[in-house]
Amino acid sequence: MAKLTLKVNGTSREFESDDPDTPLLYVLRGDLGLTGTHFGCGLAQCGACTVLVGGRAVRSCIAPASSVVGQDVVTIEGLGSPERPDPVQAAFIAEQAAQCGYCTAGMVMSARAILAQTPRPTEQQVREGLAGNLCRCGSHTRVIRAVLRAAAATPRAR
Amino acid sequence: MDARVSRRSFLATGLVAGGVLVVGFGLDGPGRPGRAVAQSIPDADRFLGKSLAPDMVDSMLAVQRDGSVTVFVGRVDVGTGARIALRQIVGEELDVAPERIAMIEGDTALTPNQGGTGGSYGVARGGVQLRRAAATARQALLEMGAQRLGRPAGDLEVADGVVRGKDGNGSVSYGELIGDRAFNLKVDAAAPMKSPDRFRFIGKSLPRPDVPEKVTGHHRYLHDLTLPGMLHARVIHPPAFGASLVSVDEASIAGIGGARVVRIQSFLAVVTEREWDAVRAARALKAQWSAGTGLGDHSKEFEAMRAAPVVRDQEIAKRGDLAALSAPPAGTRTLAATYRWPMQTHGSIGPSCSVADVRADRVTVWSSSQNVHGFQGTCARMLGVERDRVRVIYMDGAGSYGANGADDAAAEAALLSKAVGRPVRVQWSRQQEHGLDPKGPAQLLELRGAVDKDGDIAAWETQAWLPISTANLPNIPLVSLDAAGIPQTQGRATGLIYQNVDPPYAMPNLNAVVHWVADAPLRTSPLRAPGKIANTFAVESFTDEMAALARVDPLEFRLRRLSNPRGIEVLKRVAARMSWQPRPSPRPVSRGAVLTGRGLAYVHYKHEETIVAMGMEVAVERATGRIRVTRVVAAQDCGLMINPDCVQAQLEGNILQTLSRALHEEVIYDGDRVTTVDWASYPILTFPEVPKLELEVIQRLDQPPLGAGEAASTPVGAALANAVFDATGVRLRTVPFRPDRVKAALAGRS
Repeated sequence: MAKLTLKVNGTSREFESDDPDTPLLYVLRGDLGLTGTHFGCGLAQCGACTVLVGGRAVRSCIAPASSVVGQDVVTIEGLGSPERPDPVQAAFIAEQAAQCGYCTAGMVMSARAILAQTPRPTEQQVREGLAGNLCRCGSHTRVIRAVLRAAAATPRAR
Repeated sequence: MDARVSRRSFLATGLVAGGVLVVGFGLDGPGRPGRAVAQSIPDADRFLGKSLAPDMVDSMLAVQRDGSVTVFVGRVDVGTGARIALRQIVGEELDVAPERIAMIEGDTALTPNQGGTGGSYGVARGGVQLRRAAATARQALLEMGAQRLGRPAGDLEVADGVVRGKDGNGSVSYGELIGDRAFNLKVDAAAPMKSPDRFRFIGKSLPRPDVPEKVTGHHRYLHDLTLPGMLHARVIHPPAFGASLVSVDEASIAGIGGARVVRIQSFLAVVTEREWDAVRAARALKAQWSAGTGLGDHSKEFEAMRAAPVVRDQEIAKRGDLAALSAPPAGTRTLAATYRWPMQTHGSIGPSCSVADVRADRVTVWSSSQNVHGFQGTCARMLGVERDRVRVIYMDGAGSYGANGADDAAAEAALLSKAVGRPVRVQWSRQQEHGLDPKGPAQLLELRGAVDKDGDIAAWETQAWLPISTANLPNIPLVSLDAAGIPQTQGRATGLIYQNVDPPYAMPNLNAVVHWVADAPLRTSPLRAPGKIANTFAVESFTDEMAALARVDPLEFRLRRLSNPRGIEVLKRVAARMSWQPRPSPRPVSRGAVLTGRGLAYVHYKHEETIVAMGMEVAVERATGRIRVTRVVAAQDCGLMINPDCVQAQLEGNILQTLSRALHEEVIYDGDRVTTVDWASYPILTFPEVPKLELEVIQRLDQPPLGAGEAASTPVGAALANAVFDATGVRLRTVPFRPDRVKAALAGRS
């Protein structure tokens, strides 16, 4: 068993692993109890497991936890809470942009990555940025509106 | 394992603020019934022993001493908004704010058996039952208040959880009148219901209580449930359909985190303490399987359906005769067309999962099944225990749109928990969900029609070949019960797939018949709007073909044959929003690289429920065959809308999910297994493809609610095909409309 330390949501978290290939997703959910990140495919095809690593959207179902040691990992729990949602989450709530909601955490994380890179995206940029996030319920138009709403709500950087 | 876990410590990990899902695990005192809950309130088990009789008020609602209300519903919210809509209904009749109402869904120990969640009946039936129960309770409270206040009930009213004099004198709260006690009343179907002009909550788009938790990762899904002592399992299914397990090499996983093999005949699984170890062990485990029993040839699936022995014919509609088809008079033109809708998967974004805790004296299963009461029976049969020893508790999973692999995973978890004596969590992989979930069956429809010299429909015939549902099938046969050699009734479930094979239009001569065939290549189960998506695709495409043959504008062609004013209204609303220019389809086909067109379709769901008209605009790329849907316009009349925004969300979901099915989706198998087992081999609609949606939902406050979960999925295929025809002159009759297929069709025409 090797001891590894991850920096997750601003806090150092230790876990033990005897497999250097253990995907980050299983460490987050199983060892750290951060179950807001969901398993969808294990193939990096659906985006349900998306987290931010160093500000970039990463599919945690295939990224080995050992590969993100030393980098800032942010999960859905690191953004906001039902009482104090972050601007993207608040926009999703305002648009009621979830049905079953299973894919939603991944959408929110991808949206954060899109907005970090492109603070004022066009609708087309939002669509392309979310192309790797699948939704089966058909909440897409609300999700697009939510991301655009979040962009508009964020004060323009000087 | 020590089941006497600290209630407080476990609740602390499971507790979520805001009145959402809380996972609790109660103390197991001697002689007490099993107390294990995962419910919307932390102490739900205080209701154990309450009435479950579907005709009793107490089975559906309870008033606490503090005046808050708890609602118990057997039909669950699978992301549709029932969680707010049902609160609005109860709140309306009892005059209690929805935020003062807690809701417990799908728990066989606490909620009445209202049948499975489906058929668009969550509000239309479940909600109406609940509304009657709440109206009965209000009457009872008024009478109790009359006694307490010493005034005639007629002088009293309810307001915000109190009974008070209409003159403002005297008041007593519900909590004082009934708090924590049973009503002991049958639901009175004649109890007066609030009139629409006094609605406070019904008809308002109140936000759903689960959305803030879902977008912040605080919502507890079934997939997130852990129990003390719980093991993780992965099941290794046969690599070929019908294969049996010859041998397994347990040493092949010796190095992996204490992984253990569980084998019951050909049922094979690994269990571990940590989840990733279960994944690794399942991959590493070496096993020998026999050859499979074989699957048919996918490329000949429809031919096989057409040639299959017919079990029986079912006449769906018949009037007049078909002489105009067999011996068309001069000037009458006839038309025949075959429509094919392929087998498709539910495609849940989260593969099926379940947690089970099987003890000597009781069984608890946590499941995202849309029918927990159905699975209670299944589980009792498979384990050979009394039904009342089994408790099945619903927790949210990923959207399932019918029966996905939830019951399979739950049965596997129960088998494994029994085998290892600990709670077990089973999680399917993506490949298992795509490969093994019961499928929406393929459907084959042949239509014939005649248009007379005046452009009237002289005759219409629908023949549909559909796999028959087995009468009184206790449950969809579960894959691992067969593997484990546990007897179960074999058979097939598909849902009411024969509905809407007949057109909704006035015509003198009509014959619609279903030829029921015995089998289908893979397991089947209801998939959203069962059958009616394919049937409406055929009927509304053929209507368009008839209009084109008659050289009549497709909107005009439909309006001429409709008398239902609500049907006419939705069509006219769509036409107005699209600035519909009357002309026959197709439009003069351009020589351009991109061909554009418009189409529409109409449905009266099951001929008695929700009415939808839908228009689409498409752009078809000549070089690639790619269809871009640029705009969808729809108008829907589903009667009374409890929560219009939730209805709108269902309308959006129906459209986008079915566009995905029509454009992309088809389950393919080789001789041994399904080969479309991930999102690359079975692609679905992505964000860049999503069209602009312009939707109108019509509120009918004085009408009964008709259901919003399914109807709008049914016109999608035809609206799309009709728009492609308008753009290109090419008629697409086989789903999915993949670019290669469209390109070939375009090439065939030019």
